[in-house]
Amino acid sequence: KTQEIFNCRVNEDVTEENCFTLIKKEDIIQDLKTRAAISDFHPVKKVVLEYPGEELLVVFDAKFQYGQNFYLVASEEAKENLLKPPETAEEKEEEKEENREETLEVHPYTPPVHKPWVSLGSEKEVEEESVKDTVTKIKYMISRERRKFGAPITFTDKNASYVKDSYVECTSYQDKNFSIKMLEKDVGVQMVPKVREASTQTKWTYPKNTTTQYFPRQLSNEEKEENLSSEKLKDFLTSVRLRMEIALQQNEIMNAFFDDWKALAEDESSSGGKPDVYLKAYQSFTDLRYLKDRTISCICWHPTIYGIIAVSARKRLSHEEQVNLSDKSLLQQSVILFWSFFDPLHPQLILECPEDVYCFQFHPSDPNIIAGGCINGQVVLWDISQHEEKLQNAKPVADEVVMTAVNMVNASILNIMYSTEPPLVRYCAVSSIQHCHKKPVTDIHWLPDYFEDNRMGATFENRAEIRMQLVTCSPDCSILFWDAPATKLPEQSSSEKVKKDEIFYMPPDVPDTFKHVDLCWKPLIKINLCESDTNTEYSPVRISLKELHYHYKTSEKLQSLNTLEVSAKESPYTEMSTPSSKNLKALQNIFTDFFVGTEDGEIVYSDWIVEIDSDSAKPHTQKYTIHTETINTLQRSPFFKDIILSVGGRNFAIWKEGVTNGPILQSSCSAGRNTAGRWSLTRPGVFFIGRDDGNIAVWDLLKKTYEPSHLQNISKSVITFISPWISSSKQHFLAVSDDLGVLHVLEICETLSHPSGNEHANILDYFEREVKYLKHCEQEFQEYQELQ
Amino acid sequence: AEVEETLKRIQAHKGVAATIVINAEGIPIRTTLDNSTTVQYAGLLHQLTMKARSTVRDIDPQNDLTFLRIRSKKHEIMVAPDKEYLLIVIQNPCE
Repeated sequence: KTQEIFNCRVNEDVTEENCFTLIKKEDIIQDLKTRAAISDFHPVKKVVLEYPGEELLVVFDAKFQYGQNFYLVASEEAKENLLKPPETAEEKEEEKEENREETLEVHPYTPPVHKPWVSLGSEKEVEEESVKDTVTKIKYMISRERRKFGAPITFTDKNASYVKDSYVECTSYQDKNFSIKMLEKDVGVQMVPKVREASTQTKWTYPKNTTTQYFPRQLSNEEKEENLSSEKLKDFLTSVRLRMEIALQQNEIMNAFFDDWKALAEDESSSGGKPDVYLKAYQSFTDLRYLKDRTISCICWHPTIYGIIAVSARKRLSHEEQVNLSDKSLLQQSVILFWSFFDPLHPQLILECPEDVYCFQFHPSDPNIIAGGCINGQVVLWDISQHEEKLQNAKPVADEVVMTAVNMVNASILNIMYSTEPPLVRYCAVSSIQHCHKKPVTDIHWLPDYFEDNRMGATFENRAEIRMQLVTCSPDCSILFWDAPATKLPEQSSSEKVKKDEIFYMPPDVPDTFKHVDLCWKPLIKINLCESDTNTEYSPVRISLKELHYHYKTSEKLQSLNTLEVSAKESPYTEMSTPSSKNLKALQNIFTDFFVGTEDGEIVYSDWIVEIDSDSAKPHTQKYTIHTETINTLQRSPFFKDIILSVGGRNFAIWKEGVTNGPILQSSCSAGRNTAGRWSLTRPGVFFIGRDDGNIAVWDLLKKTYEPSHLQNISKSVITFISPWISSSKQHFLAVSDDLGVLHVLEICETLSHPSGNEHANILDYFEREVKYLKHCEQEFQEYQELQ
Repeated sequence: AEVEETLKRIQAHKGVAATIVINAEGIPIRTTLDNSTTVQYAGLLHQLTMKARSTVRDIDPQNDLTFLRIRSKKHEIMVAPDKEYLLIVIQNPCE
């Protein structure tokens, strides 16, 4: 229908060849209006309306080139293109055909026809590009006076920066926005040692003395004499004497520097309150092998080596057996054991004894020589210098392999010397049996080395220091002085020489210090204790000489043990051999009095010097019977030379030499027997008494004189020996041995070991008071007797 | 003789342990101690006395040292100086 309207019916108007039809735009629009949606041009309504031209080309597409039957050319151009080219194509075809048919056809030249300019939008661009004044230009007219023109003018230079605001600049600044802060930087570092050269030069100064040795100027004797007799000295002394005497008297009157406060404090501490008094158990030593069934008879501390203590053991005998001592063959070896603090289980050294040793002592100047007195009356000497080093380094037993010689007489004894055993030291010398005591040697002491006795009995100063002399006493009523020289005796009688050959072969490891006296050792002097007129014999058990002063060579000054007083008072009837003359200075001031304690409990005081030219017939011998039983201790006080402590039986007594009335102090009879006693080494008024119930009674004379100030139980059995010792300023020991063979070492507490300030003076006062009291009592007694 | 008597009197005092007389140069003339101790005491005390004397005179030139006493724990040393001699006495004060 549309085709009919527009005259483009197929195959009628529009053919394949003539496919174009121009349809007027108005017609289309008309059609659109009339037929609205039905119209075929409805979908292209817009295109049609926009079509600028008047005619639209509709092209019949027989070949369905664009998919439809008809297609509408939307634009003029296309229309033109379609119209023309197909025409041209047609024309060309036609031309070609025509050309084929006709040869040439000249196109008529048509001059270009002006077409209306179609704006394609280029005028816009042109407009944009053109420069136009947006702002109207302002006109200025500047005028100046004419005369100023062309006038000379001078120009000056001015720095713009000097004038403020004369210029404005925009300085560059660092914009922080664009700077990157570096937070980490890898840097390489190299260490190079700085080397610097320097030089020094010492100055050579003048030489100076570093040490000077000089000796003091001294006046010769003539000059001294001259001076002494000069007038000037006399005047000087007269003028000076008064001053000096004033000063001396001042000091005598009173001590200006005495600190009363301090003294008060000390008194307080000693009198008030009850300080803890005790004996602290330090160590105890016992040995099962050697000390079985044995009791310790004597204790001796080694004078120089710290912590070494020696005990001698003997068989425990009951009273009856002790009284009738016979030479029993002892199955067990009698020994002296050396103990060390560092090794409580094994004895350090064992000294072999021929018989049981009752008492022994270390030599005062050479602690390697030990002398002991045996039960059978012999005196034995040992020399332990080989083992001194071992003792000094006493630690748990070191392995010592002791070489034993092949030919041994007493092989059985020496087989004991195994490598782990403490070394067994054989005795060096034994006194000859004929000349020694008949009964056991109960006390032995070394005489001080500054005097010695010669055959006369006179005491002489001892020049040589190695000379040794012993004093022994025994209940066979004799006191023997022995001489044990270290070197060979120059004079030896032939009989002695003969005896020497009889000496049996000594084992080679025994030092032959005393070889020349072995078995032929004779005492120097023998003193019989018996009184001529009464014919009583004293059997001394303990002896105390006055002048025995042992100074052991030790580092500490405390070690000057006062020698135990060997008091042997013998009657002046002494048996003496022929005197030998010696050119030594005779000592005048040596006191030769001595005390002796006897078996029966008597204390005898006498003098051993033979009074050749004395007038008195009766020698001054004093005898006191205080104790009921055997005296077991007789000791001088280490502080007072003339105070003696005697212990025996049920009581003890303190004596003062020179006071002949009786003891200064006598204790009451105690329940148990007192078996041992010793003065304390540090406190003048303290002494220790051992009892048979195993107690130690500490007596302090400043506190109580009627009973012990302290009683402490040490062991269960009888105490046999006490020995105090000072090892160091802090350690004061008390060695206590009991009947079971155990050695207890106790540490003395401070209150018992440190004296208070004026204790010495106090004790002295006390003794003097007692003496006065005794005298007073005596006087009263005499007066009473006179009255009757 | 007088010299002896005076010295004996001084020595007889209680507690006197030693007496030494030295001359102006410090050389001992008379002493009761052994030689080495005497020489030691003489040298030391002589110097000390000189020092003490110069001290006293420095403070007051009109003054002079008359007596010097040194008290120690164990004893007291008394020195009496003079122009030419020096008397030294060592005493144990009674305690």
